Amino acid sequence: MRIGVVTFPGSLDDRDAARAVRLAGGDAVSLWHGDDDLKSVDAVVIPGGFSYGDYLRCGAIAKFAPVMTRLIPAAQAGLPVLGICNGFQILCESHLLPGALTRNDHLHFVCRDQRLRMERTDTFWTNSYAADEEIVIPLKNGEGGYVADEGTLDRLEGDGLVIARYLEVNPNGSRRDIAGISNPTGTIVGLMPHPEHAVEDLTGPTTDGLGFFTSAVRSLVKS
Amino acid sequence: MARVVVDVMLKPEILDPQGRAIVGAFGRLGVHGVADVRQGKRFEITLDGEPTDEVLADLHRMAEELLSNPVIESYALRVEQ
Repeated sequence: MRIGVVTFPGSLDDRDAARAVRLAGGDAVSLWHGDDDLKSVDAVVIPGGFSYGDYLRCGAIAKFAPVMTRLIPAAQAGLPVLGICNGFQILCESHLLPGALTRNDHLHFVCRDQRLRMERTDTFWTNSYAADEEIVIPLKNGEGGYVADEGTLDRLEGDGLVIARYLEVNPNGSRRDIAGISNPTGTIVGLMPHPEHAVEDLTGPTTDGLGFFTSAVRSLVKS
Repeated sequence: MARVVVDVMLKPEILDPQGRAIVGAFGRLGVHGVADVRQGKRFEITLDGEPTDEVLADLHRMAEELLSNPVIESYALRVEQ
């Protein structure tokens, strides 16, 4: 159960993501942005941070990194990928997921423990959660407002592709309170809040985030 | 040497919180009568040689794939002599 974690220049959360993979029982494999090599991993986490300094747009330069030239076709062919925060932005920039992440509507960077409702729990990355389960995990972003045209939003909701929605507070102006989405087959998931920061009592507000990683390990065991 | 300018703007239906903040600053600075501000990006690209059709085709591709995100932005490209 080899789960790759990509490191770009400016990635912040690759170490926490790798740690979360290990705590969930998987083997974390480091993937370097400059290598066009996926090291035979079974799934990939694109972690949060500020890849390439967020120059141009968040994720705009990362999508052309050598590792992404391998990862994008592999993901299109079914390799499971979880993009967290900057990783979600990269997945949208790469057109692996629809829509885009834009500057928070209130213009401030936000850092808070965020309550979410898990709405789709049959994906590779969310099957450890119960339907409509509420979780609290950290959220930290400056450009986390999820936007897409109305037709795309209707399709996401109609097809059940919204995996998590913000509860209590919409922290960044995301349309329809969307915190995370998946592709139709549930292999590619993008999420703005950070499950990898909520996997241990010592450092997290909860351990609610571990489920994303145990879901992946469970999916790989089953297959 | 020719220069190509690419202007990138958020599409009209996309909220521009930075532009809205600028409208607020206008008001605080005593400038009234401003209905809206939209903030964009301008890229000035200096060529080694002439803006041939081939070069311009490459730059249109870059404007579409790199300089703008067509999901939320549109671009306009022009050659400045």
